[in-house]
Amino acid sequence: MSDVHISKLRTKLVTEDRTYKQISEDILDTLERKPTKAWLICISISALFMMIGFATIGYEISTGIGTWGLNKTVGWSWDITNFVFWVGIGHAGTLISAILLVFRQKWRTGINRAAEAMTLFAVACAGLFPLIHAGRPWLLFWMFPYPNTRGDLWLNFRSPLLWDVFAISTYLTVSAVFWYMGLLPDLASIRDRTKSKMRKTIYGLLSFGWDGSNRTWHHFEVMCLVLAGLCTPLVISVHTIVSMDFATSIIPGWHTTIFPPYFVAGAIFSGFAMVLTLMIITRKVMNWENYITIGHIEAMCKVIVLTGMIVGLAYATEFFIAWYSGNEYERYAFINRATGPYWWAYWTMVSCNVITPQFLWSKRLRTNVVFVFILSIFVNIGMWFERFVIITTSLHRDFLPSSWVMYSPTWVEIWTFIGTFGLFFTLFFLFIRFFPGIAVAEVKSVYRHGRD
Amino acid sequence: MKKDFVLASFECDLKLLKGAEKAVDKNIEIYDIYTPFPVHGLDDVMGIKRSMLPYVTFGAGIVGLCLALGLQIWTSAVSWPTIIGGKPFISIPAFIPITFEITVLLAAHTTVLAFLVINKLFPGKRPLILDPRQTDDLFIVMIEKSKVNVDEVTALFKEHGAVDVKVQNVELNP
Repeated sequence: MSDVHISKLRTKLVTEDRTYKQISEDILDTLERKPTKAWLICISISALFMMIGFATIGYEISTGIGTWGLNKTVGWSWDITNFVFWVGIGHAGTLISAILLVFRQKWRTGINRAAEAMTLFAVACAGLFPLIHAGRPWLLFWMFPYPNTRGDLWLNFRSPLLWDVFAISTYLTVSAVFWYMGLLPDLASIRDRTKSKMRKTIYGLLSFGWDGSNRTWHHFEVMCLVLAGLCTPLVISVHTIVSMDFATSIIPGWHTTIFPPYFVAGAIFSGFAMVLTLMIITRKVMNWENYITIGHIEAMCKVIVLTGMIVGLAYATEFFIAWYSGNEYERYAFINRATGPYWWAYWTMVSCNVITPQFLWSKRLRTNVVFVFILSIFVNIGMWFERFVIITTSLHRDFLPSSWVMYSPTWVEIWTFIGTFGLFFTLFFLFIRFFPGIAVAEVKSVYRHGRD
Repeated sequence: MKKDFVLASFECDLKLLKGAEKAVDKNIEIYDIYTPFPVHGLDDVMGIKRSMLPYVTFGAGIVGLCLALGLQIWTSAVSWPTIIGGKPFISIPAFIPITFEITVLLAAHTTVLAFLVINKLFPGKRPLILDPRQTDDLFIVMIEKSKVNVDEVTALFKEHGAVDVKVQNVELNP
């Protein structure tokens, strides 16, 4: 990769003038200080919710899935909704770290580290749901092909649910190593800067003896590019396969061919909303406004407008096709979504996902951090409702009217979901405290962007 | 193994690039350069051969592809053939998603492992630290003392903006 000529017309990626040393200080010095009160309060609250969530999961596993509000008609609801919700959120991190690397979008350096961490934690939360939905999580290994004593009874490799097992496992492990390899140079930087002996030992072990030799850097950059190239189709495949969990079935409302692109766009949409929610708080709390700039927020808002429009187009398309198909069950499924007993969920989804992003066409609103923060939360809510609408409203009207029911979650499902938020934020707060939340080496390498 | 090296330190990556270029022009052999972030252009100056990692990725990907397809075909059509949904025993389109995932899984992890092995990085390895600032804001060119005239090298690097040029006994392969 040769040196790319950088036009002076480009905007600065790091807004204020800094020396390389100051960049390290700005990002790494927080790790050296005692935790602030705000951090302690935040992590205590999230850890508390996490504990309640785990206790609830413990109760659910020891008692059974009967503690959930599911019934014979609605056999999937909050569990799968939450699973798809969390997997989708994870996608933004990989998009930023892999796809934007392939497209040489230099602004990714400010946010990629935290976004990738967010990916890992979101996928970990997502993975919990199929695990507990299995009812007997200790038999999880049944989902993997291993020589067994049941007379060579193998898995059904034609099932999208099994594809999901492979997709999610691959996604989680590959994102984890990609993220960790990217951390090595910064962990080495912490090791060499710290005065504390304990930190030196721990970060010494964690940094794998990185010393910044140019030969290592050469392999490192090639590896990052290769991994980005692998992660780009991987991230698209993951949500495609998640959408096939539904699309390959014959339930009206699920059986549509536009699901893969529709789900992938939705995942990026929700993921960027979550990145915005987290980054807007983080840049304020950590004083990183210099590195995660208004420019970054604007760029992410533009991605949200684009993917939000794709999602809106998908809503319109599936509604039109349901009418145009002439299939009465398909048509009913969609009319029931918009006007049936769950109409409020449908219209929450449409207003949060299609209408709210339109505000971001205005530059004034796009650069208003408070406004963007509030809007990102609306998108998160909307995208959760999208999955709820797709899953629950398609199921609750069965083919036989005698089976028509309503579904509402029990406290177990609600607290499990809240618990995953606890888990997500606990992991994120721990990460931001003990690891460099911004890729220091990468920011240094793009510092000259927009400067002479 | 201990050896004497000339260490030229720079505080600016552009000056380092220029200095290293001039040194190579004068047939000074650069042993290695330590930088806090990748400096583009240095690879060409040092004449580093293109990394073979992509070949490793490709090979591992092929292995993953064959393994995954083989496993699915063997289990579904040979070991215990079962009719599922009226599909053929060997239903290739349905096997593609898992084949893709395993290909990526093996390719990615093998690439990372190969990267760690090639660069001998592992937890517990002692890094070669010439100056604690080398992972922060100092760029260090390392040249074997026995192969050059120290005064000439010092003059050259000083001229191109090195903040410090010194001879140091460095323990290699720590």
